[in-house]
Amino acid sequence: MNKEQNTFSGSRSALAHPPIVQMAHGSGGRMMHDLIRNFFHAHLVSDQLQKGDDAATLAMGSSRIAFTTDSYVVQPIFFPGGDIGDLAVNGTVNDLCMCGARPLYLSAGFILEEGLAFDELERVLQSMAAAAERAGVQIVTGDTKVVDHGKADRLFINTAGVGILEHDHEMGARCLQPGDQILLSGPIGQHGLAVLSQRQGLEFSGEIISDTAPLHELTASLLAECGAAVHALRDPTRGGVAAALNEWAETSGVEIRIAQNKIPVLPAVQSGCALLGLDPLSLANEGKMLAVVASEWAERALQVMREHPLGRQAAHIGEVKAGSAGWVSLRTELGAWRVLAWPSGELLPRIC
Amino acid sequence: MDVNEPFRNPNLAERLLKELAADPQPAVIMEICGGQTHSLLASGLDQLLPRTLELVHGPGCPVCVTPVEMIDKAIHLAENRHVLFTTFGDMLRVPGSNSHLLAAKSRGADVRMLYSPLDALALAEQRPDKKVVFWAIGFETTAPATALAVWMARQKKVKNFSLLVSHVLVPPAMRQLLSSPQNRVQAFLAAGHVCAVTGWQPYQAIAEEFHTPIVVTGFEPVDLLLGIHRAMQLLRSGCGRVDNAYGRVVRRCGNEAALNRIAEVYCQCDRTWRGLGLIPASGLRLRDEFAEYDAEKIFDLQSNHAAQTGPCISGLILQGLKKPSDCPLFSVDCTPEHPLGAPMVSAEGACAAYYHYKTR
Repeated sequence: MNKEQNTFSGSRSALAHPPIVQMAHGSGGRMMHDLIRNFFHAHLVSDQLQKGDDAATLAMGSSRIAFTTDSYVVQPIFFPGGDIGDLAVNGTVNDLCMCGARPLYLSAGFILEEGLAFDELERVLQSMAAAAERAGVQIVTGDTKVVDHGKADRLFINTAGVGILEHDHEMGARCLQPGDQILLSGPIGQHGLAVLSQRQGLEFSGEIISDTAPLHELTASLLAECGAAVHALRDPTRGGVAAALNEWAETSGVEIRIAQNKIPVLPAVQSGCALLGLDPLSLANEGKMLAVVASEWAERALQVMREHPLGRQAAHIGEVKAGSAGWVSLRTELGAWRVLAWPSGELLPRIC
Repeated sequence: MDVNEPFRNPNLAERLLKELAADPQPAVIMEICGGQTHSLLASGLDQLLPRTLELVHGPGCPVCVTPVEMIDKAIHLAENRHVLFTTFGDMLRVPGSNSHLLAAKSRGADVRMLYSPLDALALAEQRPDKKVVFWAIGFETTAPATALAVWMARQKKVKNFSLLVSHVLVPPAMRQLLSSPQNRVQAFLAAGHVCAVTGWQPYQAIAEEFHTPIVVTGFEPVDLLLGIHRAMQLLRSGCGRVDNAYGRVVRRCGNEAALNRIAEVYCQCDRTWRGLGLIPASGLRLRDEFAEYDAEKIFDLQSNHAAQTGPCISGLILQGLKKPSDCPLFSVDCTPEHPLGAPMVSAEGACAAYYHYKTR
């Protein structure tokens, strides 16, 4: 327990912040970050875990592999543009890619709620199979558990994945350097808003569909072209671009500066966010990539990303500065600078 | 096409900023609505305005002005195992005297966040085994929808649906602020969405009586600049009257259908505001003919007269007398994750806006 938690025993704070897990601990914002640091990192000690990357990178004989796991509890399990099945494959594939690995094998663990219809299970499995084929991975081992009605929400999936690292330069959350440039592979916020709108029964003009997609080709071509100039990659899922950039800025001890007018957002997402009081920068993506690239390689990297269908609308959104270590600054459309904070305890439904 | 797009146009904003800077005149203007406070800070407009202009943040955040006593009642209701408790998202994290709704939810209470009171009515129809309560919170903006939900419940003869009503009204609060001997506010930006319902007639008498310009204002950066611009013109010419800078949305008489629905279901009552105290005729309660939908009458809700205690200065912030950054707890002991006062919780709270956009 660190100092911050001990203060929770103080009367008002303890009441406002009870010592139990709340939904906001799973939202990808500051509370989740603190939960991981204060509990998981405190008890499950390993250098790999402390690094805070999407996957662990491990030496196995003469080769290096990446290893990751993720659980999927999205509700509803079918949403515009995808379902829990392709999400569970793409999400884990992307966690491997973001460490620079070529994804190879996945495991799949299922927790099924009593009463789940066979045809729904079958739809999910079909889309998992299709997603695995598209990403070039095989699902090679699995597990199934069934729980009583009411003890799970229809269907939860855990996937773990291994991939092989075909380069040997170090990259990740600790590797940002002043002068590096920040690239984003396309418009943000679609997945978060698609799930939210489906769940709330909201209808937006212009269909908003999830962007769930495997990013293995995009990362492979970027690394093939730019190699060690790629300092970090991240798919901004829960907590969105805001959380990913804040985590980088903190881990590397740098300031990140981005320009609001450079960030691609679809008009329908913009309107939906305005209606619901949400910030696209805090919404989840499931098929987008943030890349940190050495300055002299930024233009080439952007070109490489734009050559791939999943990076057609890639944009150069900002840069890394020595400046105020640990902070993300945003230049507004009016030209003023303000802070881009961690998303905090957003009351969003389960989105992945 | 997005009708708000032109009102985010940086070139138009720059032109208006130049005009304001060309004729600097010291003024204290209050933006009533917390949504406007957020827009001001999110766009960085607060940094670009002439330094002679001071914008103070008003009490227009329904979450923020809801008193602790009412939050305690809500938690008490939510913890009743026969109750399915529903409300708008922001209310879930506001601290009462010893808990908040999300904590009650973590302990097993059935608490749900909804976007519309009509969804609560639909839930009541799906769940006859539960008493569904919707916490009707907000200004004149949300009152038409909650009124409609009750009206429809009666039409459909739904018996397991009720409202915990905490609606508050803007004009009485403006009167209270202007009557205070500590008042510094010289002009108001009225909340555009509230005026979309009520029109701007209710503000006419206030503007005349207190000789204070009131400008109906929208939420995009250019909307705010148009409102400020118009307020400065009225201040210069010494006109204590109402003007409309949000013409694409607000009509003089407001939305007649919405107003009729409110009048049919609700009547005015005295209400306590956090930070401002008891304000006569500043709230809405259900009319007696809708008593069977009034959670305060159906359930045994003891009033505990809990008051906001501790060092939080949200009362002064809600009156525009202090800025969030003046508070010694701000961003140290009080953060959105560990809020000590309501303005740090709500998406419309001034403290949350300062925390998200200004903390260093």
